[in-house]
Amino acid sequence: MDIKTRWGRFTRTPAFNGYAMISPTAFYALLLLAAPLGTVVYLSFMTDGAGVREVINQPTIGNYLTAWTDPIYRALMLRSLFVSTLVTLATVILAFPVAYYISFFVTPNKKSLWLFLITIPFWTSYLVRVFLWKVILGFNGVINSGLISLGIIEDPLTWINVNVGAIVVTLAHAYAPFAILPIFVALEKIDRSLLEAGRDLGETALTTFWRVTLPLAMPGVVGAVLIVFIPTVGDYVTPDIIGGGKIPLIANVIQKLMLGIDNMPLGSSVAVSAMLIVGAAAAIFVLINARFLKVKK
Amino acid sequence: MKPSGKGLWLYAIVYLAFLYAPILLLPLFAFNDGTIIAFPLKGFTLHWFEVMAEKDQLHIAVKNSLIVASASAVMSTILAIFAARASTRYDFKGKGAIIGLIMLPLVLPEMIVAMALLVVVLQVFGDGALGLFSMIAGHSLICTPFAIAILSGAFQSLDKSLEEAAYDLGEDRISAFRLVILPLVLPGIISSLLISFTISMDEFIIANFLGGTQQTLPVYIYSSLRFPKEIPVIMAVATGLVAVSICLLIIAEYFRRRGVAKTGGKDSGGFL
Repeated sequence: MDIKTRWGRFTRTPAFNGYAMISPTAFYALLLLAAPLGTVVYLSFMTDGAGVREVINQPTIGNYLTAWTDPIYRALMLRSLFVSTLVTLATVILAFPVAYYISFFVTPNKKSLWLFLITIPFWTSYLVRVFLWKVILGFNGVINSGLISLGIIEDPLTWINVNVGAIVVTLAHAYAPFAILPIFVALEKIDRSLLEAGRDLGETALTTFWRVTLPLAMPGVVGAVLIVFIPTVGDYVTPDIIGGGKIPLIANVIQKLMLGIDNMPLGSSVAVSAMLIVGAAAAIFVLINARFLKVKK
Repeated sequence: MKPSGKGLWLYAIVYLAFLYAPILLLPLFAFNDGTIIAFPLKGFTLHWFEVMAEKDQLHIAVKNSLIVASASAVMSTILAIFAARASTRYDFKGKGAIIGLIMLPLVLPEMIVAMALLVVVLQVFGDGALGLFSMIAGHSLICTPFAIAILSGAFQSLDKSLEEAAYDLGEDRISAFRLVILPLVLPGIISSLLISFTISMDEFIIANFLGGTQQTLPVYIYSSLRFPKEIPVIMAVATGLVAVSICLLIIAEYFRRRGVAKTGGKDSGGFL
């Protein structure tokens, strides 16, 4: 290789090699992710045509006006945010003790076995798992028929099946590893001598946890919250299967607009709006959290 | 005076039971001699598996799924090899942003990815382009971040001096990669192929948006869930699918660990 010319030298720098190496993947992501997302934003400002999947290239903000003022969309968006917030809270709070147990109490050579056990259900058919939650929580479901045959109740409980709670349980189940893994990674990074120092300085086990462990684990908790909160807003399968279409969320509307009713510009603008709202909510959460950590220090 | 963690242990076990409850119930209903999915169970039968063998549409869906999953696994693993190698071996400006874009599907709702691709395919190629190819393109995109996570583990712990030794012994870049690096990261590559295959095999949303008239197995399952009569058969199908997934995952995990051990790294555990 010619190392005398400037180009020859440049091709031997780590930067050049790095760009050359990453370019196929980066190009793929640009072409199939960035460009399509851009197209969705573009479409959201266009006019819906009368034909099937027809879009007229006529700029308008009408879609956004509908998306933001129509009471149905507004109600569904609020319900989606509410459900996602509940799911995130439930998932992270339920997951934290598990991550804590694996990081602090499981012997190092068994840790990856535990993590593997936790990730297995996550990789297996999502649809089927959602459907089985319906079987478990449903009117004639496992819990109801179990309680009836044990003689604890006489009539099936109705408050556990088709409602927001059932959706929350199902989603908390689906996103469990997404919450456990980031928290686990953050807990693993904690220098154990800091905890001993805390104890030596007269803190109890509880106050050490509150003042040392928890603040240091916060980056993991923040990661867990984001990685659960954002995707759950786009979930339309769970409300569809569990709620039987009775409790639609914003994602169901987007799916219908894109595939069923065929109004892609409006669907795009609802999707963009939803993502902006979710993004803003996530940003506010991160900011508040940064504040909280600063005070703690 | 270290707390023993007994309470936490119990909690973790209960939590695992919660995670596994749906999967453990699945075979019960698949072998249950009853048409409704509820307790009490009626008796043992293989009937639903026999019915499964007769459904042509199901066979087409399985074939489609196998094609899509194999192609997506190969595609995403190749893309991930480039990205994982670049991010662990080289430093360059904008690395964080580029990797961030590539990893974005991990955080983005799948539906957003699916609708974005749908819009582009329809605008650029028209209705006829929806099918196996568009599903493969979409699945490759969402499998790549997971493949990168696995492969980064394998590449990260790679000793740079091994590669330099190969150069000193007269190998060029390509032969050094083939002779030295590839054998060391091969277990990671196998693991990444298997994981990507499993993800693609189970993926529903993108397949539903981009499949057009072609059905994959999850799309078939979803459309059958509406018909109560079909559900016992679906339980049988799903039992098969979950069993295959779990086997693939166990093999993947075996190779992932071997890969990390081979390159001399410390196992940080987990895929993410």
